[in-house]
Amino acid sequence: MSRFKKQTRREFIKVCSISAGGLFLVSYVPLGCSKPDREISSNILSPSAYLKIDTSGVVTVIVHRSEMGQGVQTSLPMIVAEELEVNWKDIRVEQADAGEKYGNQLTTGSRSITLSFDPFRIAGATAKEMLIIAASLKWGINQTDCYAQNGFIFNNINENKFSYGELVSDAAKLPVPQNVKLKDPKDYKIIGKRIKRLDTPAKLYGTAKFGMDIFVPGMVYAAVKRSPTLGGSVKSFNASKAKDINGVLDVIQISSGMAVIADSTWDAFRGQELLEVEWNPGPYTDVSNDSIRKSFLGKIESEGTEIEKIGDPESPNYDSENSLSAIYELPFQVHAAMEPVNCVADVKDDSAEIWAPTQNPQSLQREIANRLGFRNIIDKVLRLKGKEVIVHVTLIGGGFGRKSNSDFGLEAAEISQAIGKPVKLTWTREDDMKHGQFRPASMHKLSGAIDNSGKAVLFTHHVVGPSIKAQLAKRDPTKPEDYDMVDGTVLLPYKIPNLRISAANVNTPVPLWYWRAVYNSQNPLVVESFIDEMASAAKKDPIDFRLEMMDEKSRLANVLKMVREKSDWDKKLLEGSGRGVAVSACYGSYNAQVAEVTIRNNKIKLDRFVSVIDCGIAINPDTIEAQMEGAIIFSISAALKGEIIIRNGGIENSNYYDYPILEYGETPVIETHIVKNDFPVGGVGEVGVAASAPALLNAIFNATGKRIRKLPVNLS
Amino acid sequence: MSDIILNVNGENKSVNVDGSTPLLWVLRDNLQLTGTKYSCGIGLCGTCVVHIDGIAVRSCSVSVKDAALKSILTIEGLAQNIDHPVFKAWVDQEVSQCGYCQPGQIMTIAALLNKNPNPSDKEIEDTMSGVLCRCGTYPRIKKAIDMLINPNVEA
Repeated sequence: MSRFKKQTRREFIKVCSISAGGLFLVSYVPLGCSKPDREISSNILSPSAYLKIDTSGVVTVIVHRSEMGQGVQTSLPMIVAEELEVNWKDIRVEQADAGEKYGNQLTTGSRSITLSFDPFRIAGATAKEMLIIAASLKWGINQTDCYAQNGFIFNNINENKFSYGELVSDAAKLPVPQNVKLKDPKDYKIIGKRIKRLDTPAKLYGTAKFGMDIFVPGMVYAAVKRSPTLGGSVKSFNASKAKDINGVLDVIQISSGMAVIADSTWDAFRGQELLEVEWNPGPYTDVSNDSIRKSFLGKIESEGTEIEKIGDPESPNYDSENSLSAIYELPFQVHAAMEPVNCVADVKDDSAEIWAPTQNPQSLQREIANRLGFRNIIDKVLRLKGKEVIVHVTLIGGGFGRKSNSDFGLEAAEISQAIGKPVKLTWTREDDMKHGQFRPASMHKLSGAIDNSGKAVLFTHHVVGPSIKAQLAKRDPTKPEDYDMVDGTVLLPYKIPNLRISAANVNTPVPLWYWRAVYNSQNPLVVESFIDEMASAAKKDPIDFRLEMMDEKSRLANVLKMVREKSDWDKKLLEGSGRGVAVSACYGSYNAQVAEVTIRNNKIKLDRFVSVIDCGIAINPDTIEAQMEGAIIFSISAALKGEIIIRNGGIENSNYYDYPILEYGETPVIETHIVKNDFPVGGVGEVGVAASAPALLNAIFNATGKRIRKLPVNLS
Repeated sequence: MSDIILNVNGENKSVNVDGSTPLLWVLRDNLQLTGTKYSCGIGLCGTCVVHIDGIAVRSCSVSVKDAALKSILTIEGLAQNIDHPVFKAWVDQEVSQCGYCQPGQIMTIAALLNKNPNPSDKEIEDTMSGVLCRCGTYPRIKKAIDMLINPNVEA
């Protein structure tokens, strides 16, 4: 008996041609969906857009999420290989171009695995099922007398076997089974193993191709000079000095400023520097950190919009309890990936080809089509006329959210269209810092009260800051989703009888964007710092204080208990050293961290971070540890050093000397412990950002008695 | 503009560029040796490190004329021997994430170990603190270097 509902090939083609034709913008690929690619011959078994098996038995996994260091070019293939019962060495990887057939390709929000786990399992299991059916038909036996192992289908009756390659042609002709059976996690042989990353060797040997490493015949180079003030525009320009440079070919005006076209990157950079532009400064020249801070202060005592309320948080009775209140301030941050944004674009009359280190290939494709006047490429009729934008996704030299914006790709496409040649656009480091988008600044007012038994009876949190969503939608914040700035503050894991979460939205002309962990880089920091203040007011151990307010059996309580043990929390430290704890629950995962620091003469030495993460089924533990290490370093870099300075309506920071990041010699020892369980797969790229900064600040308090409520940390 | 002879990875290459052009851009744009990466452009971050006569230098901050007639080694040259201990340690510790800075990290430690196979912790720290990584691979770089210096000790 076959385990699938039989679907005729005719039905199958009908179903799939609807979605492949692009009538819908699919946000996910239906489970087990399989779209026949007309170019794929009967020598390829491809029951899913994510998978191809050829007659030599080589399995190619098509990775539709962008590889930016999180290991997705390894972990997604691991999922396929697990279900397909294939040897890992037979796996090859291809990075997908932008395409509707892959479903959503947006690589943000720690979702590469969480959203793809099921589709990739199903892709592998479906192919395996088809190979089993093909073998059973050849042998004339029941499918139940066949099993798959190490790239072969075995005959249970006589121990004969076929390699996958031998079965591909027959299997490719079969209808695609639905509702295939998936493996029990306890039988996993690849998932959960420390599989070596497939992208590592090329990255070490210098052969890996990032966006800037792409060459197209006839290509020229470009750099863009943009307004030094927010909202400024070109008033006039004098290109004579720039054009005196031998390699500078042309200077043209584009939407975002002035583009210098040259026959090398260096000449484009020099031309950009020498190009004289007079700017209309725009309406924001009085915007500065101080003016933004004042606008926050203007709303910090306001009632705000109520997001959540429990009990009676307004009761004046708390005044008689042990009560406390504090204001926290967090600055703007920038992504500062080692690879500045860049893009190669080759725009012709009726098509465009783009190579970009993009986290959002489909949006880039749509936006470029619109910008070039190609109309929307998902319009099938137009595409048949050949007005197509092809987006090739290169490796990304650090994304952290920045490269899900399409600005750099749009610039490259616009330049290529204007000059009629392929172009490689490279932003200088200074461009990347000044003209990027920023993690919002915020101000937070918290209050709490402790009763006579040392229990928290009140917690209020008022968040003041700008909304990313409202700014992107170019609207005044009115809708509930315009209070995105409270993400990470509701669903507090603590049971406190009286609670109020509120927010006040402050618009800013500073361009905002998603940064690693987004508002979860802000709210948990503040909440976990203030909870620590409350523990201190209650004269309780910070872990005991938290556990008393948590559901004892929760996953968060479990990681918190584990980190107590793993970090030697109860062992005494030397004078001048301190420990701090913090927890976070976001992106489907749970994390508790303990930071250990030593402080002498106001200098902070980061000794050790211990992190316990529960992310459900762990695909590749080594990658999860790497993500935890990276998230901790990213987060404490910002807490200790990161601050965007805005003055006279412009961004002052320009390079790593005035937006410093943590260095090798400052790095703590980091230990990661992964909880083993079979809960659904959670995200791992961002959850570690949330708890590390507050753990650090709480450790500084433990060592010195000083509360840090304004970042970056300044102990002097 | 003039013809400049560069000796890169053991081969002589002639390039016709302005002598003041940073070596980085000649390697990348003229010779298509793109393993050497651009990041800060002002010698701060170490992403573009190559060896010139065995010394680690930041190729964004050396003019091509100053590199002429000297022996230049890029990551591609070092990778002609993928059994080089630094590569093995980097693979073993699974150091790289996005990988963009790793050629600079590898060229920097390789030059240090060439000069002194047993550098002090301070020497390592001073050297490697000049090579930035935004993904936060430092703890693994440290483990890989520990492995290189104490090959018999489990890192």
